[in-house]
Amino acid sequence: MKALLVGVIAATLSVPAIAQKKYDAGANDREIKIGNTNPYSGPASAYGQIGKAIAAYFKMVNDQGGINGRKIDFVSYDDSYSPPKTVEMARKLVEQDQVLFLFQTLGTPSNTAIHKYMNTMKVPQLNVATGATKWNDPQNFKWTMGWQPNYQTEGRIYAKHIMATKPNAKVAILYQNDDYGKDYLKGMEDGFGAQASKYIVAKASYEVTDPTVDSQIVQLQASGADTFFNITTPKFAAQAIRKAYDIGWKPVQYLNNVSISVGSVLTPAGLDKSVGLITAAYLKEPTDARWANDKGLEPFRAFMKKYMPDANIADNFNIYGYTVGSTLAAAIKQCGDDLTRENVMRQSANLKNLRLETLLPGITITTTPSDYAPIEAVQLQRFNGKQWELFGDVMTSQ
Amino acid sequence: MSKRTLVIGIVLLAVVCTLPFIVSNYRTFQLTLVLVYAIALLGLNILTGYNGQISLGHGAFYALGAYCTAILMDHWGVPYWATIPVAGAVCLVVGFLFGLPALRLEGLYLALATFALGVAMPQLLKYHLLEKWTGGVQGIVIMKPSPPFGLPLNPDQWLYFFTLAIGAVMFILGYNLIRGRIGRALVAIRDQHIAAEAMGIHNALYKSLAFGVSAMFTGVAGALGAVAVQFVAPDSFNIFLSIVFLVGIVVGGLASIPGALYGALFIQFVPNIADEISKAAPWAIFGVFMIGFVYLMPTGVAGAVRLITSRRRA
Amino acid sequence: MDALLHQVLAGLATGGIYASLALALVMIYQATHLVNFAQGEMAMFTTYIGWSLIEAGMPYWAAFFLTVAFAFVLGVVIERVIIRPVEQAPVLAVVVVFIALLLILNSVTGWIYTYTIKTFPSPFPAQPLFGNRYLSSHELGAIGVTLVVLFLLYAFFRFTPLGLAMRAAAQNPESSRLVGIRVGWMLALGWGLAAAVGSVAGMMVAPIVYLDPNMMGGVLLYAFAAALVGGIDNPIGAVVGGFVVGVLENVLGAFVIGNELKLSVALVIIIGVLLVKPSGFFGRVQVTRV
Repeated sequence: MKALLVGVIAATLSVPAIAQKKYDAGANDREIKIGNTNPYSGPASAYGQIGKAIAAYFKMVNDQGGINGRKIDFVSYDDSYSPPKTVEMARKLVEQDQVLFLFQTLGTPSNTAIHKYMNTMKVPQLNVATGATKWNDPQNFKWTMGWQPNYQTEGRIYAKHIMATKPNAKVAILYQNDDYGKDYLKGMEDGFGAQASKYIVAKASYEVTDPTVDSQIVQLQASGADTFFNITTPKFAAQAIRKAYDIGWKPVQYLNNVSISVGSVLTPAGLDKSVGLITAAYLKEPTDARWANDKGLEPFRAFMKKYMPDANIADNFNIYGYTVGSTLAAAIKQCGDDLTRENVMRQSANLKNLRLETLLPGITITTTPSDYAPIEAVQLQRFNGKQWELFGDVMTSQ
Repeated sequence: MSKRTLVIGIVLLAVVCTLPFIVSNYRTFQLTLVLVYAIALLGLNILTGYNGQISLGHGAFYALGAYCTAILMDHWGVPYWATIPVAGAVCLVVGFLFGLPALRLEGLYLALATFALGVAMPQLLKYHLLEKWTGGVQGIVIMKPSPPFGLPLNPDQWLYFFTLAIGAVMFILGYNLIRGRIGRALVAIRDQHIAAEAMGIHNALYKSLAFGVSAMFTGVAGALGAVAVQFVAPDSFNIFLSIVFLVGIVVGGLASIPGALYGALFIQFVPNIADEISKAAPWAIFGVFMIGFVYLMPTGVAGAVRLITSRRRA
Repeated sequence: MDALLHQVLAGLATGGIYASLALALVMIYQATHLVNFAQGEMAMFTTYIGWSLIEAGMPYWAAFFLTVAFAFVLGVVIERVIIRPVEQAPVLAVVVVFIALLLILNSVTGWIYTYTIKTFPSPFPAQPLFGNRYLSSHELGAIGVTLVVLFLLYAFFRFTPLGLAMRAAAQNPESSRLVGIRVGWMLALGWGLAAAVGSVAGMMVAPIVYLDPNMMGGVLLYAFAAALVGGIDNPIGAVVGGFVVGVLENVLGAFVIGNELKLSVALVIIIGVLLVKPSGFFGRVQVTRV
């Protein structure tokens, strides 16, 4: 009798409990509140397009029924790219608006300012919109995660490519004098390692407030360099590409990933002046003729038409926002009904070979609890005057 | 001081001291920033409002004070409260030194020189030779101070009261300065500088002193701001900050001590309101607010308040 | 040597940009004794209008002159509607209104046109003149246009009765009214002309730096410096100042102190020049009677 009783009790206890719904602040049966800061004003306001693209993406998700039946309430505030404002807005989102987590907060200094706060408050600082390397540190900052391939890795890849293809190259570098430019620069210098001083013959910086970079291009040409690493944002990239061509300087040119749009950088610069540009990419470029009939991009094109009709599809920020939004959507879906901050972080750190069609073929998203870098793969491509041609293999940062 | 003013003063004091216990931590943080900006605007007002020297670059002194605090705390582990007087002293000296060549410049030309200072500051902070100290583009992260002596306050409340105390000291200092001989000399120089010199006021000394003192106030504000935000980076101190300070003292009220407080409330909260109204063009809404305030109250909020109270008294 | 020459010529090209905006600043100062911080944004906004006209299919020169006319009207309207109400307010209050105008124009343009850069066509041939690699035809042409505008402005102020009336209205509104000058309309005219000069500047600058809402932001400091260092009430001084600033900036940045300290050097130069000549090189020294 006793054995039977024990057996029944054991059997009852081993039946799994019905799946519990677990929520932290900002999540309930009907909606999930997500917070974000972006520069919608000030000199960096061009980046505000990312915030707008993400908002439009979630509007589409909501129109299609939400994720697991819950709508996304995307709350985004302007921080003018000023770290004190970011701190204030982040505190507002976490303490007043009670969001579940922050997503795609933009800018390295802005994110540095709230880095410690977010981790102390144990609120996820997910998929930050910067390419800096320090966000991949799950040991010390378990609540912060990046998304895009980081700048230093890209710089290193270019350096390795130069060393492999042009061992006697003389490299000139133009960089924006801020965290983004300096991160790329460090990547390339680290890539060359001990031979950095042998390869790099000239460096010139510019400020975002400078009207042109013509003087810097003239300086770099005068150094006699035959290879050029162009670390500039779209406006200055177009200026640099055109000026280099006009003064008769024809180096092997590596263009950083931020400015590879055919529609909004290469066309203004001059398609004929952009022949031979090399870059490392992870997203498909919608104005690139190669993807003109790509089935994978059809949902994105439809999205742009319906939800962002006034935006410029050539602006890279739109496909960037769409893709990072899709990444988060996948992570939230994986959370199921457990919408605690802990679980959001756990699922975001548990994406296995997530394939999104706006990414280049062969590139997938993978995260693990010790690897907080969702996208680590890029592929080199060269511009042939009409479109970007992929070459080589997909490279990962290792 | 009349009985009425005393009563109003006590009520205000009571409100200000109990606020952190009523509102959320986030609001307390915002109020701390308001106090910080009020000190900065008082500094600018001493120079521009009372002494007539236009400065479009006061953000540079704010940055200087902030970095003093950050560097002292980060490199030498100086406790946060000890860095405030140091920041003030450094800015006093630098401001005075900047004021010396500025003596030769009037009006527009001084505005240009200070504008250039404000524009150049972030670039200087990023300069690679200074990177070891300033942290370059990455900036410096500061530890949040915790309340001393085991007081039953959380860090935000403690910072609020700390800033309030220093703010009170600075305002009393400013009040005495303005009301005393020095203040009268400054105003005399602003209104009739030739007559002032003829009357025996040493223009050069007072004008440079005005620069120094004004820089000191703004530097102290910068130091307090750095402690409140816990982070300094060149991007926090661009020319827009200097311009916003100028807007603050004009909207708050030139040559007015309470004007500094009104201006601080304006520059802290109106951009947030503008953001709520329009995400597409927040600056445009902020600009509309600015124009509205200037149209309705050309002498600033303080001027309007003065008008209302004097009319009531009459 | 070749590098130095190249930098100097590049400096002249950028200097031309500063000079053209400095002209607009001087224009508004001569008419109103105020420096309009929103001048750059007004120039940028009117250039966008020109861009829209060209995108709609209008031929370049038609769009160009229509834009200049539109800019003139815009300037007059801004003076009458926005500046007129604060005329009696303290100077700094008016400065705040200018700043507000700057913010509004910048933000609204970004909202309407987005921040993607746009190409603005140039009326000058694409191939460089004389086959040289240093200055494109457009850069040379832009400098030429700036000099033409300078000449026209100078002649206008010096030799025409209307120009004289405008200068009088700015310098001494009371006495001008007594002699029958319609001071209010002189101010509006001044704004209109300044806006028109600004739009020309914008349309000459845009093909070089690409059209985007932040196009004129960086130029403003240098144009301001050029105008003041050359003498705020002297259009010739402003243009010379612009070229000097452009060349110095390039040469010093390339050979002497490096790009990382360009702005600080600009600051030192500005203060240095003003210490030696507080009214600028060509400015008229203001003598105030006690």
